[in-house]
Amino acid sequence: MRQIEAHRVTELVEQLCIEACCVIARDIEDSFINYRETERSPLGQQVLGTLIENASIAREGRDPLCQDTGMTVVFVTMGQEVHVTGGFIEEAINKGVRQGYVKGFLRKSVVEDPFNRVNTGDNTPAVIHYEMVPGDTFRVTVAPKGFGSENKSALRMLTPSEGVEGVKRFVIDTVATAGASACPPVIVGVGIGGTMERAAYLAKKALLRPVGTKNEDEELVSLEAELLEKINRLGIGPAGLGGSTTALAVHVITQATHIAGLPVAVNIGCHATRHASGAL
Amino acid sequence: MQEKNQPPAPIKLTTPLTDRIIRSLKAGDMVSLSGIVYTARDAAHGRLVEMANRGEAMPFAFPGQAVFYAGPAPAKPGRPIGSVGPTTGSRMDAYSPRLMEMGLKIMIGKGSRSEEVIEAIKKHGGVYFAAIGGIAALMARSVESAKVIAFEELGTEAIRALRVTSLPLIVAIDHQGNNIYETGPQQYHC
Repeated sequence: MRQIEAHRVTELVEQLCIEACCVIARDIEDSFINYRETERSPLGQQVLGTLIENASIAREGRDPLCQDTGMTVVFVTMGQEVHVTGGFIEEAINKGVRQGYVKGFLRKSVVEDPFNRVNTGDNTPAVIHYEMVPGDTFRVTVAPKGFGSENKSALRMLTPSEGVEGVKRFVIDTVATAGASACPPVIVGVGIGGTMERAAYLAKKALLRPVGTKNEDEELVSLEAELLEKINRLGIGPAGLGGSTTALAVHVITQATHIAGLPVAVNIGCHATRHASGAL
Repeated sequence: MQEKNQPPAPIKLTTPLTDRIIRSLKAGDMVSLSGIVYTARDAAHGRLVEMANRGEAMPFAFPGQAVFYAGPAPAKPGRPIGSVGPTTGSRMDAYSPRLMEMGLKIMIGKGSRSEEVIEAIKKHGGVYFAAIGGIAALMARSVESAKVIAFEELGTEAIRALRVTSLPLIVAIDHQGNNIYETGPQQYHC
C-alpha cells in the first residue's frame, strides 16, 4: 500500500488550478494556428489571431485566459493500492481549489445554493470524479469549466431506432443552437451509452483528449470526422461572427448501454477548454 | 477559398457616444472604444430594474454611456483589474428593454440577443457591440482604471466604472436591427 499525505494532494490541486486557468494546452494553441490558415472569413482569421495573442499574454503573465475561471471539475485516477493519509481526500482537494483560486487571483464563480445564489467566496466545492484503477498510480486532472459553454451543453435519451443518424442530428443541433455564447471555435465532447449520468460524464471526459489525436476506437474515427466537417459547415465561425472554424475537434466516447436506450450527451468546451494534469 | 482582403482599420470612438455616432455604426464595423464603460451582469441588472421600477435614480447617468456585461477576475497587486471579458448577452435580455426605456443605448456583450431587445435597439436608436469571449488576459490590458460605483457586496458582479483605451469591439446589432450574429454565419453556411 502506497501512502500519500493529504497535504500533497492539496498542493498539487492548487498548482493545477492556476496552471489550467493561465496556460492553454499546446495542442489547442497549435490548432488555432492551423485553423487560421484555412479559415475563410478575414474577421474569423483575425479572431483566431487574437486567441493566439491572448494565450501568449496569459502564459507569460500567469493571468487567467478568461475571466470566467469556471466551476472546478477535478478528475482523480487512483490506484487501489494507494492510501491517502492525514486527512479526507475530498477536503484536501477542496482546500487545494480554495488556495489556488485565492493565490492565482482567479475569479470565484460558485454559489452555495442554486436558489439563494450566495457566492461561497473561494470557488469551492469542486465537482470531483473518482476513477479507481489497479496498481498504485495517483493522477489528478483539473478542468475548470466556464458556464458560457456549459450552459449550451445538452443531453437526450434517444430511442435505439434513432441510431447513429439521430445521434448526429442531436450533436449538430446542439452546436448550432450554442452559437456565439459557447465561445467558438469549440471542442465538442460526446458521450454515448451507459445511463443518463454516465453519458454526461463521458462527454465531459471526452473534452480532455488532446486535439489532433486519433480516437482509439477505429469505428469512431469516421464519425468524429463527419461530425466535425458538418459542424464547420454551419458557418458560426470564430466568436460566432461567421466563418468556417466553428469547432476545433469532436471527441466521442461510447460504452455499453441498455437494450431500450441510446443516451447521448454533448458537452461543449470553449476555445480554451482548460485542463492541467499532474501525478503524485 | 480563403479571402485575402484584410478587414479595414477599426473606427476609433470615445464614450459618451452621441446619437449621431451611434446611428453611423453598421453591423460588422470594427470599433476601438476608449473612455468609461460600466460593468454590469445578471445580479446588477436585476437590481437596476428593481430600482427603475421603484422610480429611483440609476447609479450612473445612462445617456451616451455603455454597459459592459462583464465580471472581472480579481486584480493582482499594482494592477487596475484582473482578466476581464464579456459574458453572454442573452441572459440580460429580460432586463435590457426596461433599461433602454430609462435611456440606456449602448451595450457590450457576447452572443446574439432576443427579438424584443433588437426591437428596443431599433426603437431607441441603440447599438449592441460584440466583444470576443475568452480573450480576457488581452482585454485587461485595455483597462487603465477600475472603480466600484455600486453594489460592492456583489463582488465580481458589482458595477465598476472602467476607464478603457482601445477596447477591441465589433458592431453586432446596429440601430436598424442588422445583426452580424445572423448575417455572419449565413455568409459562411454551406
